[in-house]
Amino acid sequence: MNYLEINHVSKSYGTKQVLNDISIKVPEKSIYGLLGPNGAGKTTLIRILNQITMPDSGEVLLNGKPLNPNDIANIGYLPEERGLYKKMKVGEQAIYLAQLKGMSRRDADKKLRHWFIKFGIANWWDKKVEELSKGMQQKVQFIVTVIHEPKLLIFDEPFSGFDPINVNLLKNEILELRDKGATILFSTHNMASVEELCDNIMLINKGEKILEGSVRDIKQQYKNHSYDIVYRPNDGGEETHITVSSENPNELIRDIIDKGELVSFNEILPSMNEIFINLVSSSNNK
Amino acid sequence: MKIGIIIEREYLTRVKKRSFLILTFLAPIFFAALMFLPAILMLNSEKFDEKKTIAVRDESALFVGKFKDTDVNTFIYIEDDIADAKNLVREGVYDGLLHIPGTSLNLPVNAEIYSMKQIPMTLSEYINSTMKTVIEHQKLLASGIDPAIVKAANTTIHVQSIRMSEDENVEKKSFSEFEFFLGLVLAMVIYFVIFIFGGQVMRGVIEEKTNRIIEVIISSVKPFELMMGKIIGIALVGLTQFLLWGILTLGIYFAVSSFLPTQDVFPTGTLMTEQITETAANTDTQEILTTVFDVINSINFKTILWCFLFYFIGGYFLYSAMFAAIGSAVDNETDTQQFATPISLMLVIPMVCSTIIANAPDSSISIWLSMIPFTSPVAMMLRIPFGVPIWQVATSVALLFVTFIVFTWLASKVYRTGILMYGKKVSWKEIFKWIKY
Repeated sequence: MNYLEINHVSKSYGTKQVLNDISIKVPEKSIYGLLGPNGAGKTTLIRILNQITMPDSGEVLLNGKPLNPNDIANIGYLPEERGLYKKMKVGEQAIYLAQLKGMSRRDADKKLRHWFIKFGIANWWDKKVEELSKGMQQKVQFIVTVIHEPKLLIFDEPFSGFDPINVNLLKNEILELRDKGATILFSTHNMASVEELCDNIMLINKGEKILEGSVRDIKQQYKNHSYDIVYRPNDGGEETHITVSSENPNELIRDIIDKGELVSFNEILPSMNEIFINLVSSSNNK
Repeated sequence: MKIGIIIEREYLTRVKKRSFLILTFLAPIFFAALMFLPAILMLNSEKFDEKKTIAVRDESALFVGKFKDTDVNTFIYIEDDIADAKNLVREGVYDGLLHIPGTSLNLPVNAEIYSMKQIPMTLSEYINSTMKTVIEHQKLLASGIDPAIVKAANTTIHVQSIRMSEDENVEKKSFSEFEFFLGLVLAMVIYFVIFIFGGQVMRGVIEEKTNRIIEVIISSVKPFELMMGKIIGIALVGLTQFLLWGILTLGIYFAVSSFLPTQDVFPTGTLMTEQITETAANTDTQEILTTVFDVINSINFKTILWCFLFYFIGGYFLYSAMFAAIGSAVDNETDTQQFATPISLMLVIPMVCSTIIANAPDSSISIWLSMIPFTSPVAMMLRIPFGVPIWQVATSVALLFVTFIVFTWLASKVYRTGILMYGKKVSWKEIFKWIKY
């Protein structure tokens, strides 16, 4: 069942078409990657989901029903450009933001303290935000995004500004949130994390959808039938490493066996990075 | 209600600031000092004045016995040579030497005071006026006029202006200096409140924008709620500050009063009555004073208070909505100039015209300025103590509130688009385009 459905959404500012007939279906409890170069329309699409801007046409369904103002409590949004009030105390501010999502002060306080301990920032509760390092501020921002346990989470470049240890912490949190039942929309330029986390993706460029599907299917679709082969030659030489393109892998293996002992044989699948670059540049050239 | 949560934050973060506390508690001390200082100084004036002995060498012999000793000044008439007397001043025997050269009544009298230290102004003024009275008196006698006749002929004229109304029984005495002063104070308060707290709204919006917290917040609440929450929250901060100032000033005033000897404390009350009794002999002055009190009594303070509140709220909301829109359109405070200047000018106009308005509160320019919503909060405050027809107040207030609703709506449209615009130099044309989105 799809938790989020976007049907034929279009949006333009003045004469500039920012989104053109975009439709996506995000299955429940999955991570959906929203990919595209800068200025492709991702932020506008995300703002439409958050009801910050309204689409010119098309509809957004959340859990099968059209999006309405009460859905604010069902959505958690971590924007790419994010910040906090510098002069405000961390805990106080986190409670404020949680209250704006409809939580009671008491409930927010209790849950926030739990998360602060989990992220190792409990000592910073009464500190002013300006005293925190950027990474710690990012942690606070992540916490306030998920604190009200929304069914739909939207992360826009969640890993920017984090060190590798914290990136790992965050990845595990995101996976855990999905396992607990959240549906996650994930926008990033970091293709490695897309391959690691996303179940499905959509690629948009200049407001148009140019690719959609599961990560595995897409990689299969764009493979160029090249293989990475390692074998030990019969004449007793060193292990040999070759990359070969062929439409017929069986024939390839036969050829290798004649030459020596096969050590490994792997199909080379294109990385999401390559697919992204190829598709975007070819769509730009059109 | 989420707007309540926003109002609470806007209010609490500002009220808890150190600068707010300092300003709130120091200002009343300053006000109280302003009220008490003249009284305290006057009470202790003797302590500030050193005792002075002045030698008088009167060659004209017109002023014998005319300079009277006081608590601080002692006059000694001497016959010494001026050079010797100067030496005595140098040695410190006398603090000063008053030298009046021999003269006849027809010539101007030029006296000189020699001293090592500067002679106090009050002393030289006393000498001056005493000599003037004596000479005038002598001149009158020389011309064969009885000085008593001249004194009797001396008159003070006061033209009492009385405002009539349709109702035969209602006639209102007015005393324009007082009304002008009251109007000016009220107008200044509104003027500064709009600038100070409107400016805070603008800076608050810019802060949220440059902090990049804005997108997180408007994914939870509508931009309109955030804007209104901020405007209302800051209005409450302003009201709190005024209330605390009022209470603390009165508190300090009464606390200090109880420490000082009671009969001398009230600088206005007691001193004024003293002056009144002193001048009571002069019936004309008394007449003027009664008029002032009549005018004070005839001014409808209740109406003024209500009008003040309406224009305070209406004016603040109208301008702060515009300031919020400006804040949303720029990336930092330095870019606000081009938008804030024309808006500030609208508020400055009635201030510049304040004397024109107060001089002729019912002229067409005064009426127009007090009707146009952008100038009415200040202009009407200048007019209101003189008494303004009710239909004019009602029309003006209605216009102000309609305009403020329309402008808040327009401002929220600009705000909604502006807060998400970064790194773009925005023009007026662009802002008008946003209204249409």
